[in-house]
Amino acid sequence: MPSLKIHQEKVTPSVAQGLVKGCPFGAISYEEGKLAISSGCKMCKICVKRGGGVVELVEDAKKEVDKSLWCGICVYADCQEGEIHRVTYELCGKARELASVTGHPVYALLIGHGIEAPAEQLLRYGVDKVYTYDHPALEHFRIEPYTAAFYDFIEKVKPSSILVGATALGRQLAPRVAARCRAGLTADCTVLEMKDNTDLVQIRPAFGGNIMAQIISPATRPQFCTVRYKVFSEPKPTTPHGEVVEMSIAPEKLSSRVEVLKVESKPKDVDISEADVIVAVGRGAQSEGMRQMAQELADLLGGVVASTRPLVEAGIFDAKQQIGLSGRTVKPKLIFCLGISGAVQFTAGMKSSDVIVAINTDANAPIFDVAHYSVVGDVAEIMPKLLSYVKEVKHHV
Amino acid sequence: MDILVCIKQVPGSSQVEVDPVTGVLKRSGVQSKMNPYDLYAIEMALQLTEQYGGCVKCVTMGPPQAKAEMVEAICMDAESGTVLSDRKFAGVDVLATAYTLSQGIKACGEFDLVICGKQTTDGDTAQVGAEVAEYLGVPNVSNVLSVMAVEPDSIVLTAALDNKTVSERVSLPCLISVDGDINTPRLPSFKVKQSIDEGKIHFLSFADFADQDESHYGLAGSATQVERIFPPEKNTQKQDIPGNATEQAKALCDLLCQLKML
Repeated sequence: MPSLKIHQEKVTPSVAQGLVKGCPFGAISYEEGKLAISSGCKMCKICVKRGGGVVELVEDAKKEVDKSLWCGICVYADCQEGEIHRVTYELCGKARELASVTGHPVYALLIGHGIEAPAEQLLRYGVDKVYTYDHPALEHFRIEPYTAAFYDFIEKVKPSSILVGATALGRQLAPRVAARCRAGLTADCTVLEMKDNTDLVQIRPAFGGNIMAQIISPATRPQFCTVRYKVFSEPKPTTPHGEVVEMSIAPEKLSSRVEVLKVESKPKDVDISEADVIVAVGRGAQSEGMRQMAQELADLLGGVVASTRPLVEAGIFDAKQQIGLSGRTVKPKLIFCLGISGAVQFTAGMKSSDVIVAINTDANAPIFDVAHYSVVGDVAEIMPKLLSYVKEVKHHV
Repeated sequence: MDILVCIKQVPGSSQVEVDPVTGVLKRSGVQSKMNPYDLYAIEMALQLTEQYGGCVKCVTMGPPQAKAEMVEAICMDAESGTVLSDRKFAGVDVLATAYTLSQGIKACGEFDLVICGKQTTDGDTAQVGAEVAEYLGVPNVSNVLSVMAVEPDSIVLTAALDNKTVSERVSLPCLISVDGDINTPRLPSFKVKQSIDEGKIHFLSFADFADQDESHYGLAGSATQVERIFPPEKNTQKQDIPGNATEQAKALCDLLCQLKML
């Protein structure tokens, strides 16, 4: 087990103070001439780098894994009620890119019941082999049988890397399987790269997106990661070249202590704080026609409509749709601000959005201070044209 | 029904910055707080025991200062809190965190139900709960919205699963992760805090665990390694979209394509 060794004989008060101050986790203390590291230590090793030899990293013999025994990049095909979640296709595209570095095959793993059609569908996304586990016990997602099937696949096929969509299902299944394999798992990767030695380079935001961390699992296989929907691009379907491989598992391994009683479609929620795309309407776009166009744009983008305080107070929008200090705080991937001047009370509730587009006639409106894309113009003129362009693109996809 | 709630101490603010030159984290006041999602887990546990009997205990892994979160939980009405603290646990990733927690939970006693928050605000992974369940050998359900009934050997619950809501009967013991916003967590009692019984807070270290193989804990027990950290490329560039309405609309549509929104 690598550990930190303190050479007390080298400690001087100034070095000690530097280390105490330099530890990002406040885990180093200096009392009565003795330097100590507490359990707050995260082994970031900054003290090793900057301590001038006072703190030494003592490494043990490293665990090794024969990486040549693990071959293939596998995508877990998220399939619920016979429908494949589109994140799966995005991951198939990424898996193909990664595989081109190492020459590995691309696999998909599909678990469920009555899944012939989705299996064929997967082949159209450049997958070499689709492994299927088809059994009545796998009709609904239940953690133990799904984990058992997944683990059975890993034992038999030994894929090097496994990409899982960060859906509600994937977020439960991937960690459970990774724990069973005693393997590394990196959540919500935004960048994936492949090294020549088959190590998967996983980059993800940490500390609320203030830092990017580059992560590898150098001594364990398989390497698990989850990726959110819409992080990677979906490839175009092609002529299938792969095959479906039906797998079997002993039925007793599919037993479960969970009994599914009822599955209901979720009522469409209008929670604006959860939405990825928001079309926000302000006083400059409050006419009924504008509101309809805003709704239409939101529908086309899979988003929701939100508003500002004045329109909520006027009874035009529901209070649940209000963004700002006295409403909801939102952080969507994209927000359109239509005819919104951008009072501080409003921008406080949305300024950390990933992409902010503002359309306003007043070039001096404060909304343009927070906007990434500023459109000075009449929203009533731009919106109908934008809608027809968007529909045209959607039509071609 | 005896319930254990898993809690994490997280930085008081997520506003952490990296010095772009040295790659070192800049500390901006190391204040800590309880992971806000854990409050819903504690509240659910308390409501369940108020209705069905039993006790609520809490566990956390972290530095000795994480005692503060155990005090807060006790002030909310939990019976006791245990801090799993040892330098041997340093540098853990999800795998080693989950394993250490599972060993700690076993050392805390027997429980019918383990409740976790949805995710933490510093790690944001939402995957420790499922790994803990694996090492405890119990079923797990995430995104639990409500527990509708408690039966002698099982609970009936509803959970969110992508675009569905699922009702399930789950055998006890089991582990659940609760969604955010499912209840209104009570405020900690100031009165209890004034006269807190220190005996209610326990500390356990590596020596108290059943598995004494050091290679399962800390950095050695972790599968993932952080190769480097770096500040994200910030999109602080502002861009004007000029032209007439048609040109602006076209540019916006191109932007939507570029953002993969279409």
